[in-house]
Amino acid sequence: MTATTTRLDAPAASAPTQLTMAGALNAALRDAMAADDRVVVYGEDVGPLGGVFRVTDGLQAQFGEDRIWDSPLAESGIIGTAVGMAMYGMRPVVEMQFDAFSYPAFEQMVSHVAKMRNRTKGRMTLPMVVRIPCAGAIGGVEHHSDSSEAYWTSTPGLTVVMPSNPADAYSMLREAIDSNDPVVFMEPKSRYWSKAALALPVITAPMDRAVVVREGTDVTLLAYGPTVRTALEAADAAEAEGLSIEVVDLRSLSPFDDETVGASVRKTSRAAVIHEAAQFGGYGAEVAARVTERNFHHLAAPVMRITGFDIPYPSPKLEEHYLPTPDRVLAALDTWEWDD
Amino acid sequence: MSLNVEHHSVRALPSEKPIRLLDNAGHAVRSAASGGFELPDLDTLLELYRRMVVARRFDVQVTALTKQGRLATYPSAYGQEACEIGAISAIEARDWFFPTYRDSIALLTRGIEPADILLSFRGDWHNGYDQYAHRCASQTTPLATQALHAVGLAHAARLRQDPIVTMTYLGDGATSEGDAHEAFNFAAVWQTPTVFLVQNNQFAISVPLARQTHAATLADKAVGYGMPGYHVDGNDVAAIYAVTRAAVDRARSGGGPTLIEGLTYRIEAHTNSDDPTRYRQARDVEHWKRRDPIERLEKYLVSEGALSEAARTEIADAAEAVAAHTRDVMTTEADLDPLELFDHVYERPRASLLEQRARLEAELADAATQAGHRNHAGAAR
Repeated sequence: MTATTTRLDAPAASAPTQLTMAGALNAALRDAMAADDRVVVYGEDVGPLGGVFRVTDGLQAQFGEDRIWDSPLAESGIIGTAVGMAMYGMRPVVEMQFDAFSYPAFEQMVSHVAKMRNRTKGRMTLPMVVRIPCAGAIGGVEHHSDSSEAYWTSTPGLTVVMPSNPADAYSMLREAIDSNDPVVFMEPKSRYWSKAALALPVITAPMDRAVVVREGTDVTLLAYGPTVRTALEAADAAEAEGLSIEVVDLRSLSPFDDETVGASVRKTSRAAVIHEAAQFGGYGAEVAARVTERNFHHLAAPVMRITGFDIPYPSPKLEEHYLPTPDRVLAALDTWEWDD
Repeated sequence: MSLNVEHHSVRALPSEKPIRLLDNAGHAVRSAASGGFELPDLDTLLELYRRMVVARRFDVQVTALTKQGRLATYPSAYGQEACEIGAISAIEARDWFFPTYRDSIALLTRGIEPADILLSFRGDWHNGYDQYAHRCASQTTPLATQALHAVGLAHAARLRQDPIVTMTYLGDGATSEGDAHEAFNFAAVWQTPTVFLVQNNQFAISVPLARQTHAATLADKAVGYGMPGYHVDGNDVAAIYAVTRAAVDRARSGGGPTLIEGLTYRIEAHTNSDDPTRYRQARDVEHWKRRDPIERLEKYLVSEGALSEAARTEIADAAEAVAAHTRDVMTTEADLDPLELFDHVYERPRASLLEQRARLEAELADAATQAGHRNHAGAAR
């Protein structure tokens, strides 16, 4: 998928091994903790259990309870104490367990994490990472499948990224932990078990850049996290019908890579953005607006949003009807006027 | 060191009668009401007196400047000097303080320049002092949120075996917030060296304490977290200093957090935009004015022969000098650069912010050009 290279400052890469995205994240945490003793990890069930998705598996046994520990079950407390730890000079990496469980921390995120650099004129910065397992398609019951990205991307001061594959998961998490600004690191739950052969440590494109993951000439599909796979499957199916689709993995939701996206859209002249979250006021609205503003004279059709419906996330037996599928993507592209 | 702290939870309820070392007439309290705490020595009390006098003069000056329109707002701590000054005086320069918007006089006591403290209330920027130089976090407006920062910083220091203490102030209203609960609980579970001072000034803007809590005292809450709690006369600086000092010492020696409630009263309005006549009686304010923390200590110091007329004059002059300095620095306008708005959002500038910055820069240039034309036309006439 994405081009990979070896970290220049790192020991020689290991032989490639099959890693899931959860395994790649685990390796990134392990390597970051080994490289920098200011990196501490805490949250709910991250200790002996290794996290409900096993992303922190084995880390407490390796690094001890002073480096990774189970906190009381309170998300505002986790983020608020991480603010204090970062003020002191630590680099906390905290876990929110599920999107919908991060909401108690909203005030700390918006009023402090996002604003500390600004309100102190850069004197006080918060090098912290908030890991949020996100989105749906895992058969989760109520409150386990939300897509919260737009809450964070509409907050100035936050950097928001979402990897779609194991290589990016490793590379972007290392970069997020190295960042001197707070990073909301969103992990698509449905991709935790996706696999790739990786030689660690692996470096992919910089965290703030979008990447063209499949080249095409007729349409640009803008996707991130779980919908990158959806877009690639749609592109495969379209190829058989003679439609050439380019797929851009946004990777960084805030900042937005106007350059990479603009270059693709000006080439294909048609663009659609795909996400699981509801449409109204969603992240796709920003994507459609800025792509249109910047590329209007290159566009042959309005930028389309292919998203979840404007309803609360459905129960497990109905979620298949909510999630954008490759078929729904292709059907949506058919609604454009193609004959001009 | 391990995070698995072996400790015994504290289960004793604080006394319902506030701990007091000096009564309202300025007499030393030697009964059980002292809670076993010792009256600080006269040198310490004299220094606390000096700090409170200076703080009040500053507070009165800033309220006056606000009424003159020099500040956008100012939350006064008039009447709360015993809490504000007593507690901050119990921590050391190496310790960290996490204040709220009402705690400007504690920051003054901490040694921060008036202009830097008041920069945010004047509206120049959100915060004006160097957090690291003074080991004071920014004054926080969202209630109780800063208490979690105090706990987090204390925990980080403890992991580094750095023997510092963190102190944070909260109001009575803030104890209803979820973050207060989470901060108390995290501090107790992690046994962080943190001292929580709840200044119970009996009103959250207009809402009285009875609508915030059904507990007999706010200090009672400590028991539920397994930490010591003290209900203290918040207009008795000797008691506030003695109790917070003991809590600071215990925290520094690994004894964990303490919750202290100072029972006091907000004499002034919440801010200049508040109208207290809508929710409280003038006679209640008069009642509390007769329990003034500065007068109480003054009576004691005079009775002990520790405050000469010359010393009192010298302290009043020092307070007047701070007020004059504050007037001077607050009557000059700062030169603000609108383009700085874009400088402190992210470490690395973002392309889209640079575009927006360029648009504002062009607007400013246009405005300057037009102003130049107008001046030119005016001069020609």
